[in-house]
Amino acid sequence: MQDASRSGSDLTPPAETVAHFTGPTGIRARIGNLLYNAPAIVPLFVLLVAVAVFGALLGDRFFSPFALTLILQQVAIIGIVASAQSLVILTAGIDLSVGAVMILSSVIMGKFTFDLGFPPALGVLCGLLCGLIFGTISGILVAIVKLPPFIVTLGMWQIVLAVNFLYSGSEVIRSQDIDAEAPLLKFFGNTVEIGGAVFTYGVTLLLVLVAVLAYALSQTAWGRHVYAVGDDKDAAALAGVNVTRTLISVYALGGLICAFAGWALIGRIGSVSPQAGQLANIESITAVVIGGISLFGGRGSVAGTLFGALIVGVFSLGLRLLGADVQWTYLLIGVLIIAAVTVDQRIRRAAL
Amino acid sequence: MSTTPILSARGLVKRYGRVTAMDDCDFDLHPGEIHAVIGDNGAGKSTMIKALSGAIRPDAGEIRLEGKPVSFASPIDARAMGIETVYQTLAMSPALSIADNMFMGREIRKQGVMGRWLRQLDKAEMRRFAREKLSELGLMTIQNIDQAVETLSGGQRQGVAVARAAAFGSRVIILDEPTAALGVKESRKVLDLIARVRDRGVPIILISHNMPHVFELADRIHVHRLGRRLCDLTPGEVSMQDAVALMTGAMTPDEMTSAA
Repeated sequence: MQDASRSGSDLTPPAETVAHFTGPTGIRARIGNLLYNAPAIVPLFVLLVAVAVFGALLGDRFFSPFALTLILQQVAIIGIVASAQSLVILTAGIDLSVGAVMILSSVIMGKFTFDLGFPPALGVLCGLLCGLIFGTISGILVAIVKLPPFIVTLGMWQIVLAVNFLYSGSEVIRSQDIDAEAPLLKFFGNTVEIGGAVFTYGVTLLLVLVAVLAYALSQTAWGRHVYAVGDDKDAAALAGVNVTRTLISVYALGGLICAFAGWALIGRIGSVSPQAGQLANIESITAVVIGGISLFGGRGSVAGTLFGALIVGVFSLGLRLLGADVQWTYLLIGVLIIAAVTVDQRIRRAAL
Repeated sequence: MSTTPILSARGLVKRYGRVTAMDDCDFDLHPGEIHAVIGDNGAGKSTMIKALSGAIRPDAGEIRLEGKPVSFASPIDARAMGIETVYQTLAMSPALSIADNMFMGREIRKQGVMGRWLRQLDKAEMRRFAREKLSELGLMTIQNIDQAVETLSGGQRQGVAVARAAAFGSRVIILDEPTAALGVKESRKVLDLIARVRDRGVPIILISHNMPHVFELADRIHVHRLGRRLCDLTPGEVSMQDAVALMTGAMTPDEMTSAA
């Protein structure tokens, strides 16, 4: 900021100083520009259309506060994990270990409380710490050892999952025991009912998390650095961004968020199960991609991820209520993934 | 040249294995000048520039900024001392806005609680500052300060990068091949821009292969050959052919003085 003081005073302004900020003209250009600047609008639009179509087909069975909030409950866990995944993918990485870290964290919360006799709060804290530590290790391997994120997290996935099964002996901690001795573990399963709409604390966690991340990504220097690192790592470094620190913080925070997802998972399924959530990594990547975040990094928003997760939830419930074979859901989601990436690329090309 | 050089180097050496990229190299930049650096490919110009901008550490030799010895561990160090570099790659994030790019790595936070506790950026102030800097340099043919950098033309991008350096570079601005990737018309605009930045009083080191551009803009020319400074030239006193001959080794500085 050294020379901000002398700006505009001792200078002869060049001929064409008049700043003209003509916006794009024409309705097509305007829409293209809007989509380019706010890519989450596309998944939001798809979401609203999907809700409207299923609402029209199913009437009150679908278009009720109960059913709509049921969707939120069903996507809460994947939504939380997908938020973590969004951060990593924005840096042009990928985290295949999110599901495994989530499960191990929930198992540690349960086992430390029941086997080691820790107070539930301490057990939960240890579980959260577990997520943070594994996330940090991945971050260090990516940022300092400079290994490709795919390889690091592929390895971490196997390691964490193996630790999970070795440590837990595949034993489930039953719901009744948790209710009797450590209801804190099920904290996120608590519900608030407002006129037929049922919100679990887990849903609230998801919404708050998305709001906080959206703020951090768009309003803080850290957020700008996450995008810059994902966009062009070398350019960011030359411009003065601490790339190493940014990357480690992203993976560490991702791990911590996954641990929170593990806590919420206990509330959702009622028990602590080492077998749960096996598809979380693929489902989280699906939500991120449908939500319009580029797998090449640097583009997209965490709000888009929330819409992506909700789109999957709407299709799952809507098709189930219609009585369709569950394979139709997978088929449609497959189509959506490819369509989302196609639309994304077209918007970008049109705007250039 | 009786003035103290603003940036000078003496006896710089840099070896990569058995290759000596810089061999007892000297350099002088005087206040208020555009100092061009020319040299054949592989002569070691970029090694010297990297040493001056903090991207590499020389194995031996001394760099002085305003007469005081300095040592840069990284480009960030050099930047903190007022030396800004515009790299050939421009070092910008294509998907982020002009304002975001100008402040990358030195964002301004809001005052008060929002800034201190919630670390909120002062986007309005950053936009205002970016717009002001671009206007000063006559770059406001750019439509919108929130436009992503990738939507700009090559010349506009170069302009934004130069404006960023001019906005923060209080002592020295280093431009690495600023017109290499541009067409004739855009090159023209960038050359005018460089002259305007010089008129504001900040000296510029201009690395270029384009002799007409160098001879048009430069106050002095550093000829780099075989890892060291061969000589400094003044554009009015030598012809372009002679400069090229010196650069390629077809002529020595002694022959030139005897001819003149």
